[in-house]
Amino acid sequence: MEKKVLVNEERCKSCGLCVAVCPKHVLKISEKLNSKGYHPVELFDNENCISCGFCYLICPDASIIEIRRPEPVKR
Amino acid sequence: MKTVYKKPEPITNRPTTYCPGCPHGIAHRLVAELLEEMNLTSETVIVWPVGCSVFGYYFIGTDAVEAAHGRACAMATGMKRTHPESFVITYQGDGDLASIGIAETVHAAVRGEKITVVYVNNGNYGMTGGQMAPTTLIGQKTTTSPYGRDPKLTGFPMHVPEMLATLEATAYIARASLDSPQHIIQAKKFLKKAFNAQVNGIGFSLVEMISSCPTNWKMTPVAAMERIRNEVLPVFPIGEFKVAEGVE
Repeated sequence: MEKKVLVNEERCKSCGLCVAVCPKHVLKISEKLNSKGYHPVELFDNENCISCGFCYLICPDASIIEIRRPEPVKR
Repeated sequence: MKTVYKKPEPITNRPTTYCPGCPHGIAHRLVAELLEEMNLTSETVIVWPVGCSVFGYYFIGTDAVEAAHGRACAMATGMKRTHPESFVITYQGDGDLASIGIAETVHAAVRGEKITVVYVNNGNYGMTGGQMAPTTLIGQKTTTSPYGRDPKLTGFPMHVPEMLATLEATAYIARASLDSPQHIIQAKKFLKKAFNAQVNGIGFSLVEMISSCPTNWKMTPVAAMERIRNEVLPVFPIGEFKVAEGVE
């Protein structure tokens, strides 16, 4: 499945606000480093993400650049 | 996959110069989102202040001018009067608007200039190292009030929206907070009404946004947001203080 949260890792400053507000606890600060020396945030559990967009709303650096929600399945 | 949220177009690709967790970026994004939604980007002039957001014109890609410290409202008056077709916003902090620029702000409101003021209040002078501002809470320790703010010596926190709401020519005055997703959604609604007040030509509009300053409060960004909820919001309550007729 495609990622529901797209992160621009170069903009992220690992403040951790998105991790704190995530209601499903699917975000974490990664081990990677960006060119400024910060550890960017990553979505480690795409299945349980509900695309609520709280991380986008609280992100102070617009590093969460897009939130996607799967189309509802038609029966 | 359907896109629910997307980084607004007016936000440039340049990373911001703010400290990690500084809500200035949230306020920038709210302004940019509304400019995009209301299709105002090409006619907008943002008057940037002196303070942490002094480089704001690098981060929101609209026309911009840089005002002297505190004089953003005076400059915006000139911009709006010479170019009445443009959409003029000033973006100011609390040291800029409530301290050195209070005269310009109050008189722009008294005259009912058709401008919108985005006022970000974090309770200290962030850029210069956390000195006491007029909005510092009683008992709050800063570099110039190391034993906590003493009201006998330096007075009480200044409530700008409550003051301006008493003036006749103001159209929309509100206070929002940037501490949680719920309050950010509410802040966007308030800001939209303020923008509408200018688009419809009703009068002066101002939205105060309660913000944090993790570096100078010496807290983590998450703890700073909690401090807003626990200590700042009881002193600076959220709400709309004046909604003139015709503002929607």
